[in-house]
Amino acid sequence: MPDSQSNPVSEPAPAPFQRKGAIGRLAAIGVVVAVIAGLFLYAGGWLTPHALTPATMVNTFEHLNGVHDGFRRNHAKGVGVTGYFESNGQGQALSKAQVFQPGRVPLVGRLAFAGGMPFAADSPHDVRSLALLFKTADGEEWRTGMINIPIFPVNNPQDFHAFLVATSPDPSTGKVNGAAAGAFIGAHPETQAALKILGGNAPTSGFGDSPYYALNAFRFVNAKGESTPVRWWAKPDQSFAPANAAPADAATPGSAPPPTPPPDKNFMFDAVIAQIHSAPLHWHLMVIVGQPGDPTAQAASQWPADRQQIDVGTITIDAIQSEDTSPVRDINFDPTVLPDGISVSDDPLLSARSAAYSQSFTRREGEKKIPSAVSTAEVQK
Amino acid sequence: MSTTSNPAQFAFLSRILHWLMAALLIAMLFIGVSMVRSLGDYHWLLAIHRPLGITILILALIRLVTRLSNRTPPLPPTVPSSERAIMKLSEFLMYALFIALPLVGWAMLSAGHYPIVMFGSFHLPPILPARPELYATLRKTHTILAYLLFLAFLAHMSGVLFHQWVIRDGFLGRMLPWTVRPQKGEGRG
Repeated sequence: MPDSQSNPVSEPAPAPFQRKGAIGRLAAIGVVVAVIAGLFLYAGGWLTPHALTPATMVNTFEHLNGVHDGFRRNHAKGVGVTGYFESNGQGQALSKAQVFQPGRVPLVGRLAFAGGMPFAADSPHDVRSLALLFKTADGEEWRTGMINIPIFPVNNPQDFHAFLVATSPDPSTGKVNGAAAGAFIGAHPETQAALKILGGNAPTSGFGDSPYYALNAFRFVNAKGESTPVRWWAKPDQSFAPANAAPADAATPGSAPPPTPPPDKNFMFDAVIAQIHSAPLHWHLMVIVGQPGDPTAQAASQWPADRQQIDVGTITIDAIQSEDTSPVRDINFDPTVLPDGISVSDDPLLSARSAAYSQSFTRREGEKKIPSAVSTAEVQK
Repeated sequence: MSTTSNPAQFAFLSRILHWLMAALLIAMLFIGVSMVRSLGDYHWLLAIHRPLGITILILALIRLVTRLSNRTPPLPPTVPSSERAIMKLSEFLMYALFIALPLVGWAMLSAGHYPIVMFGSFHLPPILPARPELYATLRKTHTILAYLLFLAFLAHMSGVLFHQWVIRDGFLGRMLPWTVRPQKGEGRG
């Protein structure tokens, strides 16, 4: 090796390179590197490939529903909505978040069906969601994803994954494995209790007459630094209309079944589009105030019915857009995006939702976007 | 008797920043790699990851200025010129990563339509418009750069330890936070 510089180092190293013990010292370096690299691999999960991670959670959704490029892996079929939240100031005693000061805050939101099929037919028996993003003048954001059932069937992400696998139709047969579902429910009394409560709730007919519940507990922190466990839900102003029990009127004996065409695949979205075009929809944002000792990490159970509920303001939805034009297609309604004054509780589902939503978001944002089931033309009808 | 005047060592501020950033960066790499595979711990790890990343960005900028405005101590004669070139390149690469990683993270959150929450109500403005395809690219870039930084850190540490333990040229002394007398010591004062 030619060494043009006047560097005194070349073949016969004059440096005090001590051969004695050099192998041992080299090995020591190797050990240090191996330990650090090993810890890094362990931390990154490469040594525990079967652990439940956000990626495996989303893989399961993809396995059960198929991969639909560009769409959310859950709550895939939806529309964008906009409106505003009119705070009445009642929330300020519990939370210092600017959103609770009296006044108006713009809202961007999304109405959707749970499930990973972006072109599935609407059904009032499927779980529906209302996701909202409140953005206050101070630049802070509050994102919340709520669904039309008051409690969740499970309490933690591991159980959720197992529940999902046990109770979803097998993608190859299209059938639920009754034995697996039964085994899961049998082993989880909290799920059994939750399903009993949920089974007693008649589903509403549409998006507008549904209540939407945040499910998980959070904490409100007020200006004095006092922290209160809370849950919230959106109580509809639109009056309740029960979902039609599908083939009820076909029971008339002797006469031919009336030639009612099967409902349009988007009939519930079409209904809410028509509703919003005729008049804005309203919900009251209700905060359930927890007492000390109320569990904050059990989304599968309700707090006692006598807990104080504070109406903190009105949610108004006055416009609706196809996902093709709405910004919500590219917004992750991560429930842990919270303003100062609202914080997460110890509910492990909150962190898990954040992690899994992020995984789903990252995947779909990198994929080719195809038009959503509810088109731009449809929302203008 | 200034603490920065020892010609055999980096400037005092550089040395302090080096070790502080080393601790923060290693913590950051481990937080990052655990966070993305975690469900229950994702939220609190992410809540640390964002402000820690911005802290590292600020420290890296201060360190860059310190590095450029101070003389660097001479390399021991045990460093051949070929290795000098590698050292220069790796130093440049590491500085570039210290600055690029947090910037890509910040840009990625901006493009992903996320608020860039630091602590309390303090948050940073977006540095890019919300654009899905940009988010996806930056998200991947963030991961690749992080792995690259981890490998650069291992290589850097191995190289220094090789000098320190095998060649035994007192190489590490140039960066130790306390004062190390030059090997041909001219004593203190």
